[in-house]
Amino acid sequence: MQNHFELFGLTPAFAVDAEALERSYREIQSRVHPDRFAHAGDAERRASLQWTTRVNEAFQILKNPVTRARHVLELHGVDVAFETNTAMPPEFLMQQMELRETLENAKDAAALDALRSDLHRSRESLEKQVGEAIDRKKDYAGAAGLVRKLQFLEKLDSEIDSAYEKVE
Amino acid sequence: MALMQISEPGMSPEPHQARLAVGIDLGTTNSLVATVRSGVPVVLPDAHGRPLLPSIVRYVDAHRVEVGYAAQARQADDPKNTIVSVKRFMGRGVKDAAHIENSPYDFIDAPGMLQIRTVAGAKSPVEVSAEILKVLRERAELSLQGNLSGAVITVPAYFDDAQRQATKDAGRIAGLNVLRLLNEPTAAAIAYGLENAAEGIYAVYDLGGGTFDISILKLSKGLFEVVATSGDSMLGGDDFDQRVFCWAVEQAKLPPLDPRDMRRLLVKAREAKEHLTQHGEAPITAKLSTGDVVDLAIDTETFCSITQTLVQKTLNPMRKALRDAGLRPEEVKGVVMVGGATRMPQIQRAVGEFFRRDPLNNLDPDKVVALGAAMQANVLAGNKSLGEDWLLLDVIPLSLGIETMGGLTEKIIPRNTTIPAGRAQEFTTFKDGQTGMSIHVVQGERELVSDCRSLARFELKGIPPMAAGAGRVRVSFQVDADGLLSVTATEKTTGAEASVAVKPSYGLADADVERMLRDSFEHAREDMHARALAEQRVDGQRLIEATRAALAVDEKLLSDAERASIQAAVASLERLLTATDHRAIRKAVEALNHATGEFAARRMDEGIKRALAGRKIGSL
Repeated sequence: MQNHFELFGLTPAFAVDAEALERSYREIQSRVHPDRFAHAGDAERRASLQWTTRVNEAFQILKNPVTRARHVLELHGVDVAFETNTAMPPEFLMQQMELRETLENAKDAAALDALRSDLHRSRESLEKQVGEAIDRKKDYAGAAGLVRKLQFLEKLDSEIDSAYEKVE
Repeated sequence: MALMQISEPGMSPEPHQARLAVGIDLGTTNSLVATVRSGVPVVLPDAHGRPLLPSIVRYVDAHRVEVGYAAQARQADDPKNTIVSVKRFMGRGVKDAAHIENSPYDFIDAPGMLQIRTVAGAKSPVEVSAEILKVLRERAELSLQGNLSGAVITVPAYFDDAQRQATKDAGRIAGLNVLRLLNEPTAAAIAYGLENAAEGIYAVYDLGGGTFDISILKLSKGLFEVVATSGDSMLGGDDFDQRVFCWAVEQAKLPPLDPRDMRRLLVKAREAKEHLTQHGEAPITAKLSTGDVVDLAIDTETFCSITQTLVQKTLNPMRKALRDAGLRPEEVKGVVMVGGATRMPQIQRAVGEFFRRDPLNNLDPDKVVALGAAMQANVLAGNKSLGEDWLLLDVIPLSLGIETMGGLTEKIIPRNTTIPAGRAQEFTTFKDGQTGMSIHVVQGERELVSDCRSLARFELKGIPPMAAGAGRVRVSFQVDADGLLSVTATEKTTGAEASVAVKPSYGLADADVERMLRDSFEHAREDMHARALAEQRVDGQRLIEATRAALAVDEKLLSDAERASIQAAVASLERLLTATDHRAIRKAVEALNHATGEFAARRMDEGIKRALAGRKIGSL
């Protein structure tokens, strides 16, 4: 399996130095991007396209907390299993149902703003727990459950986006 | 008289001759061509000193074509053969082109893209656009005194894959080496950013003749990064003309108009709109072929009220782009206004209120896109050295996906993903003994496939018969730096791989492009062979230069045998360049490309290692 951290010269961890990541990303892009090879031969253009695609994908994965956590866990041999493992603690599910209810009842942008800022607070605290579990406790199996929760919240966040479009 | 030259080590005293590269703004209303001359971007005017070329093409008879002002002058007399705003039809079928009922043309509902019946036969919007591009290419070649090495053509950021492919095909038919399709707001950001040394978050509001884009960019030194883009590829200044036209028809209680009168009144409607930018009231007077005389006056207030919904229609894409970027309006440092339609005061007002700051209007909204494209073309042509150039990161405007069971869309690459991008997804067979799988590629944000744009359908055959669910098909999407998609599907469980590459079906087949290319040369009575030879020579020369430059830097990555085989391929291509067989040159180019494949890959790896070498200590 590919180690995306290595590509950017970083050590695999949930806590990532966003600035260093971005710096490496730009540095690499400035060398492999297709704009550097617009006048080169087919072989170089193809290689450039492949590399840039890979670098972009790796950067996306490391930038987003959910996919980054998932990747770190994969590197430690733990599958987060978003698709198959949907069992959640009952109190978390209750909370999710309440949030979704609030979302359905939100009829204007102000209500959505409020919901979103609540959600972002929950995400932040959950991200802290994920970092704690992965980087400090090395409890990868436990972290997987937290990442699944985080994924739930992220999905809700994108549903809020769609809801904005409806009220506008 | 030769003076002594002092040069830095590693730099040649005489920089190699700059390659001729241009930026082309292929607009709905007007088109322009620009280049960088002695470091300064300039628009190239025609022989009469006029910078703009009206994007109007008139088929005079089977062989003669008029483009620009000449065609514009005849549009009301010969409306069926005079194609105006052809950009609105690029990559579009009859059912999705707007204002069909108010268009004077005879449309043909061809599969994929519509066609227009003219005195010169059925014309695809691609061919019509190629006529405009050809005039601009000739203008540039005359002005720069040489064959163009390449061109950057701009497209609305919100153009989908079909519209992009159509634009690239038009470039090829016009005999251009299309270095890149560049998003219009991004081109404007380059021109604005470099001129003003702008840093921070900027929005580009681009309302052209037929399209609307909003892009949010992060600018810093040496980097232009598009964070999000949105828009409406069916909204522009033309729609404001249509509103005024409809208003005039209603006020004057006119009966249904014939194509000539329709065109005549539309021209008057446009003039009235432009007049209202500076004045409180504009006359609309026209004498129609029926003898009816239209004599109206429209005031600013009426104009604003009949076009208010159009102005509102630009606000939602702005909200959406900001949301996708995760930003609030007040976090945007400046809003750059682009496109002739942003001259309308009600647009300026609406944008100012939305962002709570005065929009930036210090660039000519008609020219800024072409100038930015010229600057990018100059970089892509390799006329700038590392360090004085910049990195441009753009995104795809609309999500790409495939159809799954029940007519639902499964997104594979979401909108606003940085390009080039690639992603693969696995699907399983759903029937026992299934040996084929049909794959339907779509673009758009909606959940139902029927609400998205269909890009291509293809069949993956040769899957070995297995139990349902056992066959695993991997569908891979690849979007290149032009924002163009290619798709491959592979069945992998049994090791028996079957795969197929598709080009979206809305684009033209390669054979069509070849035919149009041939036709266009026959009509222009240019010597096709001479042109092909010239192009292959440029291509070959370029490849030799690139290979030698690569060898000079990274020769150490090759074994002696590998180096010898590359050098042999270079030598054989070089020999053929002096001969006149363009096919032999093409073969030699392919051979050299093949010989350097592994070298290219190693060079990329090396580039990444070098990029990280300086970072390691700081980031670990």
